[in-house]
Amino acid sequence: MDETKLRELQERALAVRRDIVEMIALAGSGHPGGSLSGVEIACALYFHAMRIRPAEPDWPERDRFVLSKGHAAPLLYAVLAQAGYFPREELKGLRRIDRMLQGHPDAKGTPGVEVSTGSLGQGIAVANGIALAGKLDGRDYRVYVLVGDGELQEGLVWEAAMAAAHYRLDNVTVFVDYNGFQIDGRIQDVMNPDPVPDKWRAFGWHVLEIDGHDFPQILSAIDTARSVQGKPTAVIARTVKGKGISFMENQVGWHGVAPKPDELERALVELAGWQPA
Amino acid sequence: MMSKMATRDAYGQTLVRLGEREPRVVVLDADLAKSTKTIDFAKSFPQRFFDMGIAEQNLICTAAGLALAGKIPFASTFAVFATGRAFEQIRNSVAYPRANVKIAATHAGLTVGEDGASHQSVEDIAIMRSLPGMTVLVPADARETELMVEAAAAHKGPVYIRLGRSGVPQLFDMEYQFAMGKSPVLREGDDAAIFACGIMVAEALTAARQLAEAGLEVTVVNVSSIKPMDEKTIIEAARQAGAVVTAEEHSVVGGLGSAVAELLARHYPVPVEMVGVQDTFGESGSPSDLLQKYGLTAHHIARGVERVVLRKKTISGNR
Repeated sequence: MDETKLRELQERALAVRRDIVEMIALAGSGHPGGSLSGVEIACALYFHAMRIRPAEPDWPERDRFVLSKGHAAPLLYAVLAQAGYFPREELKGLRRIDRMLQGHPDAKGTPGVEVSTGSLGQGIAVANGIALAGKLDGRDYRVYVLVGDGELQEGLVWEAAMAAAHYRLDNVTVFVDYNGFQIDGRIQDVMNPDPVPDKWRAFGWHVLEIDGHDFPQILSAIDTARSVQGKPTAVIARTVKGKGISFMENQVGWHGVAPKPDELERALVELAGWQPA
Repeated sequence: MMSKMATRDAYGQTLVRLGEREPRVVVLDADLAKSTKTIDFAKSFPQRFFDMGIAEQNLICTAAGLALAGKIPFASTFAVFATGRAFEQIRNSVAYPRANVKIAATHAGLTVGEDGASHQSVEDIAIMRSLPGMTVLVPADARETELMVEAAAAHKGPVYIRLGRSGVPQLFDMEYQFAMGKSPVLREGDDAAIFACGIMVAEALTAARQLAEAGLEVTVVNVSSIKPMDEKTIIEAARQAGAVVTAEEHSVVGGLGSAVAELLARHYPVPVEMVGVQDTFGESGSPSDLLQKYGLTAHHIARGVERVVLRKKTISGNR
């Protein structure tokens, strides 16, 4: 990919990370760890790969993004605001009464939010329904889903995985945000989902394994998924929970805790000092 | 003797007619298409029918996705699995986002019969009516089922339709009207008012005829639209009669009886007797044996009327 595009995406990611930690700090609660691990995937989709019209959120031909791991709502909100679905000012209202941005995504009240999520495991099944409708209507939109690795413990994920392969939903791409942690600890200690790629393969999916913070790898995976015929694609993206903020990285304690003012300051200083790789 | 037809059969037939007229209608099932009667639609419109296998949560969420993309999905399985196994999917992926999903669940109540308690849903009305924005409908016969399915398709928002396995008498002719939030008064009398739904409407009419011979005149209201409820009609009937019996093939915890009692307690308290499953599970047996044993017949409704009339007199005597 060309350098300008890469630089642009990296700067988007930086701005999104800043919005995430700021909005969670201001809200006083929320989930920074799993929001930060999915930043590059969401940015690659919204600022490069997806066919969208932020000014026309119900455009029938649009590609859809389903945040199945709904607790990463701050990530989705930051990206949607930057893409122009609603004013960035709204981010300050996260989790506050009478405001739009709910603790977990609410599709009926938030422009750009396709599916209400928060209860884990449901996103792929809903995405399958959207994808089936696309096939029925002869529309070529694509449906992207971001699921957590801990979320793979939900049985419905595998019901939906079976169904997507059965109905040959090659318009569905699932990104597994494999950051290795869930609330109670390392996923291998809580309930080991490994071997993750083998499981998706066994369910009939085309499987790709990438570094989920590397834009060229993410974009290449999206391109591959587009070209795969007759089966859905699962992209197992190795990520770092809390990515970009040194004291949050790989710390399970940052799954669902808001930074205090001094921690926010340290986080913003770190992000300000960031240089592209 | 009135002819009988199961509401699930009427559902299957109506779906096919609806499918011809409305291309947005799609149907999903969870490996029970032959039992829920969605098989007729599947044969007529194979491209618009999706068997999701034995996976009710997946059934509901996939239906939600189809609805979000502009389809009118009807999702069917047995009532126990639809509302029990997939409750939280219905709550979070259908009701909360107000997805335009129609859940048409069959094999509700004890008249499932021989399959036994695991398959006899006596809680589904309670579960579904607790969800904000969920419309809850229980047809009394085949004709009403037909009208209800069409009304559900035309309505924008989630709907739960409760259907049965066994044949029920055909009560209504082509003149009969159904509307969400309306409860037709089928018979009028001043001694008591019976509010019934589903198969208990026919039983209530039988009870009313028997009571009339004994000198008691009762009102019978078909509360097929449990939510939204026809509050005006129900309060007015309770006011006229001053005594109420509810009748449902469902637990008395949280169902029609509870809904009526909640309404009357707030607006016009009168004595209420509840005919229904008395906070217990069912068992295997023929539908008619089960209805006898669990107290869901015209006879039981008539005894309920007698009890409530006595209570009414005691109360007015004490005043």
